[in-house]
Amino acid sequence: MNDIKVSARDVQVWYADNHAIKDVSVEIEDKTVTAFIGPSGCGKSTFLRCINRMNDTIDICRVEGDILLDGEDIYDPQVDPVQLRAKVGMVFQKPNPFPKSIYDNVAYGPRIHGLASGRSELDAVVEKSLRRAALWDEVKDRLNASGTGLSGGQQQRLCIARAVATEPEVLLMDEPASALDPIATAQIEELIDELREKFAVVIVTHSMQQAARVSQKTAFFHLGNLVEYGETSQIFTNPVDPRTESYITGRIG
Amino acid sequence: MNVSILSVIVLGLSVLGFFLARRRALSKVNGKAYKLHSRPIYYGQVVFLFTAVPALLVLALWLFIQPIAIERQVSAEIPASAIPKGSTPQLVMSDVRRIAGGIDAMLHAGNITKAEFNDMSVDTTSIRSQLASVGIALGADVTPAVFEAAKSYRNMKNVGHTAMAAVVLVVALAGLLLSLARITPAQRARNIAEHFILALLIGASLVAILTTLGIVLSLLFETIHFFRIYPARDFFLSLTWNPQFRGGSDLGMIPLLWGTLYISLVALVVAVPVGMLIAIYLAEYAGKNLRSFAKPAIEVLAGIPTIVYGLFALITVGPFIRDWIAVPTGLGNSSSSVLTAGLVMGIMLIPFVSSLSDDIINAVPQSLRDGSYGLGATRSETIKKVILPAALPGVVGAILLAASRAIGETMIVVMGAGAAARLDLNPLEAMTTVTVKIVSQLTGDTEFASPETLVAFALGLTLFIFTLALNVLALYIVRKYREQYE
Amino acid sequence: MTVNSQSPTSSSQGQAGPRKSRSLLAVDAHTKRRNASEARFQFMGKLAVGIGILALVGLLASILANGLSSFRQTYVTVDIFLDPAKLDKDGSGDLAKIAKVTTFGYKPLIKRAMAAAIAEHGIDDQGLKAKKIAALISPQAPATLRNYVLAHPDQIGKTVAFNLLASGRIDGYFKGRVTMDSAKLDRNISPEQLRLADEMHRVGLLETRFNWAFFTAPDASDTRPEAAGLGVAILGSAYMMIVVLLLALPLGVAASIYLEEFSKQNFLTDLIEVNISNLAAVPSIVFGILGLAVFINFAGLPKSAPIVGGLVLTLMTLPTIIIATRAALKAVPPSIREAALGVGASKMQTVFHHVLPLAMPGILTGAIIGLAQALGESAPLLLIGMVAFVREYPAAPPEGFFDPAAALPVQIYNWTTRGDPAFVERASGAIIVLLAFLLTMNIVAIILRRRFERRW
Repeated sequence: MNDIKVSARDVQVWYADNHAIKDVSVEIEDKTVTAFIGPSGCGKSTFLRCINRMNDTIDICRVEGDILLDGEDIYDPQVDPVQLRAKVGMVFQKPNPFPKSIYDNVAYGPRIHGLASGRSELDAVVEKSLRRAALWDEVKDRLNASGTGLSGGQQQRLCIARAVATEPEVLLMDEPASALDPIATAQIEELIDELREKFAVVIVTHSMQQAARVSQKTAFFHLGNLVEYGETSQIFTNPVDPRTESYITGRIG
Repeated sequence: MNVSILSVIVLGLSVLGFFLARRRALSKVNGKAYKLHSRPIYYGQVVFLFTAVPALLVLALWLFIQPIAIERQVSAEIPASAIPKGSTPQLVMSDVRRIAGGIDAMLHAGNITKAEFNDMSVDTTSIRSQLASVGIALGADVTPAVFEAAKSYRNMKNVGHTAMAAVVLVVALAGLLLSLARITPAQRARNIAEHFILALLIGASLVAILTTLGIVLSLLFETIHFFRIYPARDFFLSLTWNPQFRGGSDLGMIPLLWGTLYISLVALVVAVPVGMLIAIYLAEYAGKNLRSFAKPAIEVLAGIPTIVYGLFALITVGPFIRDWIAVPTGLGNSSSSVLTAGLVMGIMLIPFVSSLSDDIINAVPQSLRDGSYGLGATRSETIKKVILPAALPGVVGAILLAASRAIGETMIVVMGAGAAARLDLNPLEAMTTVTVKIVSQLTGDTEFASPETLVAFALGLTLFIFTLALNVLALYIVRKYREQYE
Repeated sequence: MTVNSQSPTSSSQGQAGPRKSRSLLAVDAHTKRRNASEARFQFMGKLAVGIGILALVGLLASILANGLSSFRQTYVTVDIFLDPAKLDKDGSGDLAKIAKVTTFGYKPLIKRAMAAAIAEHGIDDQGLKAKKIAALISPQAPATLRNYVLAHPDQIGKTVAFNLLASGRIDGYFKGRVTMDSAKLDRNISPEQLRLADEMHRVGLLETRFNWAFFTAPDASDTRPEAAGLGVAILGSAYMMIVVLLLALPLGVAASIYLEEFSKQNFLTDLIEVNISNLAAVPSIVFGILGLAVFINFAGLPKSAPIVGGLVLTLMTLPTIIIATRAALKAVPPSIREAALGVGASKMQTVFHHVLPLAMPGILTGAIIGLAQALGESAPLLLIGMVAFVREYPAAPPEGFFDPAAALPVQIYNWTTRGDPAFVERASGAIIVLLAFLLTMNIVAIILRRRFERRW
């Protein structure tokens, strides 16, 4: 049993009048891959975005309840979301490298957060991050080439490298492989498993197989409710809630 | 017969043709419309089009060609000896035209009768004083050759007009009758009418090409004319601009170009940062309320005619800069200055830059913003380090478009920059621009033979090429940029 | 840097317990600096928006402050005896003979009437001579009188009450442009005359009221700004707009229909497209050169004529209208076209029966915006002679299209080049009129767009 990294209590989210997340409470463990599954529009991505306050950028979005990171309320008015996001990194559905060089993409986070002083330190951070993202060998000779020139899978690994470069403690992944081909997907899944050693990883996925392959814990969302949360093996083999079972067996979703 | 009456007759014939054709088509099948290939209205359309369009085309062409043809003919009739010293065939021709017009006016006013006019000759009548009575003032007494030329000019014009009326009517009638005669139940009237209309549509879209051609040819033609009487080297390289009415002018373009570029630079220095910051602020920060108020306000600025900005420069900004900046610092004492014109032009360009930048900033995909925010970047870091670099080509394109506008702007510089051609760095001095000089050389009574007038065409060509190049470049860059995110 | 030294260590603590790094609740120095920079950037953005709005307010305020007074004008009400001894010496009543009396002959009548009016109301004449007293009245007044007499010859010998324009300086005095101090230095007016005007104002001989003539009167010469009006300019602009509407709208719509609905991708189409996008960016003055070279020199059309102005503005507006029309056509969803084609309509029928009517609001909006652009344009009109001094109203169309006329924006420019500061007031007033027209057109465009806006 790992430590609790993130704990959410009675979280509610509204988009204008639409109640998107209802009373969600969940405890996410450190050094574990937690998968959020559920049919489209069930609120799993919305909840994921609450954990690093990405929903702040949407005007009409309102969040209630507590989300604690290491026991500190991340929605406390004293918390600067900018600092929070340095600790809780995020990888998005579609690879979104900046139209800059590979090096500058990875160095972006360390630079804005002032995590490296001097070029050599930054070089080291970039190399370490690219190695962690299993991309170093493919790009080490062309660090100055544009990040947008890479293949889809490489782009997504670049985004992962970019996210881990700020030394986050939690890594949020919003369907990171949904835009990729099967081979690239396999590489990403392998990478997620390795990342678990360092971070708490939370992954939203549409693919139940993927959830089963990469995660240790699984949370099933349905219509804005957290229906069931437990060990991945238990959820997939012996679900408690009939809705979970319907989803797993393909009757809803 | 006058042109408007003629066109009304042609249109009347066409409408008549429309109804006749419909009746005729129906009568051919004894009123059973389903036996016709097309609905009866299309037979009407065909006849209408074949009656109106060729006749009106002939009319337009005739109106365009006749003056040129007559001019050629008459100026050939004037012997070289009839051209006084210091004058040119063009000047004499303009006298001829004015005399002919004067004679028409006299006949119209009833000052002389037709018979009197036929007997009129230079020796017996004081034509100059008679013309003066209808408001045509001539510089010198009329020579017999010129008077004869005027007479034949008038004759040809009258004959030409009569012939035109006849030809146009014949064309219209021929179109009417021929197309009526061709009506059969099997005639594919709809297809014919549609092809005809398609041809008209194509013709309309060719106007754009014709306009460009007209611009290029008229500029080029007169510019070549100019370089025949003024050395091109002096125009491009001389550092003085000093036109003289009595010849011996210095017509160097460089001081004008310098003023143009200097003022445009000041304008861009004002407009680009302010315009871009407005676009950024409204797109990324402003709440709904501010946006709904500020955006239309900025757009209002875009809809204000440049003459208004010109007056603003003349009565408000110019005196303000003179009294509060130029005179206290001792750098100048004129209210028209580079700074005045540049500042006001900058204000004019703010909405232009901000709306272009707004488009460009919005074209940057949201995913890049999310990526940056997700890494913990603040809004301004995201804008400065991700959005602007990603939008850079578009922004460059927008700046080039704004520069092209600034270079071609006329009224603000006419009213705010001054008229003195100067090569100077002091922004509080009055300077002048290419557009100001085009206006000043071409307004008033212009004679198309002197280099002082023709230089305006060379300046216009320079301006045209400059702005065209900037636009082509800008559009190319912007298009490349758009493709990047599509 | 604090973060720099902490983060790596915290992550390298490995498995031993929770990785407790710095608290989120304390904002570190680096983040503070970043937030300060964020605030600075936001402030700059606000500043820029402020500058933009300030520029608009300053522009409008300056125009309004200078121009609103032109809608009021000072008039002198005076009874004038139309003396037969001066106007109709032999008493024949023959109009031709009366017409021989020039405006000069009317001046003494005004002089006498003014002196009489002042005596009648018992006003102190400030020691001014009759000529100086008459100078309170505009030099335009004798012409007004003469026109009246020529129109009503039977009034000769009677005393008629006239509302005559006060001179520009007097008018300026009541609008605050002329003061006692400035009058001391002015050759054209003296403080005594101003005091007399005050007296006349007190007894009601002189009053300032709404200036209808500003909208209807023609331009006036340099020495009589008080008589200058926008009549010819408004008419000339209206004629040009008619020409633009009659030519640019059909041509623009036809070209757009071809390019949007029928053209195939080929060299000609590309050429047309490139031409349109470049023409949209050609400086307006170049169109003026085109007009001068082609329409006036080559085709021999008259200078200063609305037809030439209209043609030039048509060519200038065409790209705007084409771009707007194409956007409107593009906004009609392809399903409409497919539906029409599907029931057997020809391509031409589809376009004219279905697509065009649906696109019409958008097309009209574009046309109005194009017209507004044309209405405010001045630079090309300077070159084709619209800046000339024109006092005669052009005839009714179509002949009137060929008569000399002015245009609103050019009239404004013309007035700014005159010496008398009263013309600045007139120019600013004319701009208010111009802006009012433009505002109306834009509001119509907005209403059209709102009213007929469709969501597909």
